[in-house]
Amino acid sequence: MGAGHAHRLYRSGNSPVHRLPPHCKLAAVFAFVVVVVSTPREAVWAFGGYAVLLAGVAATARIPAGFVLRRLLIEIPFVAFAVLMPFVAEGERTEVLGLSLSVSGLWGAWNVLAKGTLGVAASVLLAGTTELRELLLGLQRLRLPAQLVQIASFMIRYGDVITDEMRRMSIARRSRGFEARGVRHWGVLAKTAGALFIRSYERGERVHLAMVSRGYTGTMPVIDDVTASRAQWAHAAALPAAALAVCLIGRTL
Amino acid sequence: MTSTPPPSLDVTGLAFAYPDGHQALFGVDLTVGRGERVALLGPNGAGKTTLVLHLNGILGGGVGTVRVAGLPVDKRNVAEIRRKVGIVFQDPDDQLFMPTVREDVAFGPAAAGLRGAELDERVRTALDRVGMAGFADRPPHHLSFGQRRRVAVATVLAMEPEILVLDEPSSNLDPASRRELADILRSLDVTVLMVTHDLPYALELCPRSVVLSEGVIAADGPTRDLLCDEELMRAHRLELPFGFDPRTVPAI
Repeated sequence: MGAGHAHRLYRSGNSPVHRLPPHCKLAAVFAFVVVVVSTPREAVWAFGGYAVLLAGVAATARIPAGFVLRRLLIEIPFVAFAVLMPFVAEGERTEVLGLSLSVSGLWGAWNVLAKGTLGVAASVLLAGTTELRELLLGLQRLRLPAQLVQIASFMIRYGDVITDEMRRMSIARRSRGFEARGVRHWGVLAKTAGALFIRSYERGERVHLAMVSRGYTGTMPVIDDVTASRAQWAHAAALPAAALAVCLIGRTL
Repeated sequence: MTSTPPPSLDVTGLAFAYPDGHQALFGVDLTVGRGERVALLGPNGAGKTTLVLHLNGILGGGVGTVRVAGLPVDKRNVAEIRRKVGIVFQDPDDQLFMPTVREDVAFGPAAAGLRGAELDERVRTALDRVGMAGFADRPPHHLSFGQRRRVAVATVLAMEPEILVLDEPSSNLDPASRRELADILRSLDVTVLMVTHDLPYALELCPRSVVLSEGVIAADGPTRDLLCDEELMRAHRLELPFGFDPRTVPAI
């Protein structure tokens, strides 16, 4: 991962969506997801409308469909759960291709699948157009507790350092003829995990020392303040506003 | 005599024992004048790190006083002291904790209350001084070790310190990075206290050296004289690298 300059979820670009301030995008995605989740599952066409809206955002951001679809694969475990529902749910049953399925289970599966996919797709678009660091600034701006933002930013900074340390320990183990095979070796792996924890903890202490030495007193100083104009908020609001319109039509019909 | 500036660092009678009873310092006296570059030499366990952590008030509560540019190090002016004493720690991964180089360099001055254009200017100047201006938006873990060390120096320079304290600045550097760092340190016009085992590096950069051994200053003098004093070197477990003779090194 040494050469990459950004997270692999990010796709660099200079589209209007990329340029929006991160906190606007975060708020927009959150509002969009709330609208999607509150749509009654029977309004099937409304979900199609949401998908079209997201496709519009992807097109504006110049993110190819393949990029989004590949990253949607993360949803698979939930899909498996949704697929089970028609088989296990109670109630009225119906015949599909010779299988006896529960009607409420089918609706439930559709509900999970449609809402989940739309939510994940929206998040993929957010991550694809916003750098991790920007996301943190956005969260900070949205008044997420400072401690949580600090923890997240340290995770980003030290994730690679700790992974590297883990890799070196693994190489050292294997160089001395150890290969983890089966339960009997779990003890060794557990000790490695413990050692890694202690090393990380001690690094944390050293980092804290370095921070205190440069004047840290418990709160991070504001270095980059992200601001958004009215127009930018309006642009970001386009997605949830359109979704809300679709939702209201879906409810009244 | 009219107002001569107070020395950058003035340590008198400093003694300190850790809470577990281990006594690390037994009365250290050290004065470093403004603009001097001094090497602090000593074997492992001599108390070098303990002394360094006293300079910006991280450790304290023992006997004796530390003054930085005339200002005593104590609880009341700890913020001011930490701005004046810039410590560069040994592992740049500990020192560089922000997501990008620019934010890391900005951390110190921003904590001191600087904002906006003034802050940007401070960051740019500090990165320029270590030749890393082109790397401002990189994450620190994508830099080479030598580059990270230079950025670590910049993070401290950005605070415009009275004295720069470097803990083992040459450790883990390849010869080219080592030379680059030496050029940078020589070009700075700040007081430098350099903690090191690397005796050739001390000779190259610091006209004066002090030897800290068993919690006291055991010797203080021109670096070349100390390195040529074989008996002194042996007594304090300081060894020159194979084939290195301080007598034959030309003066810089």
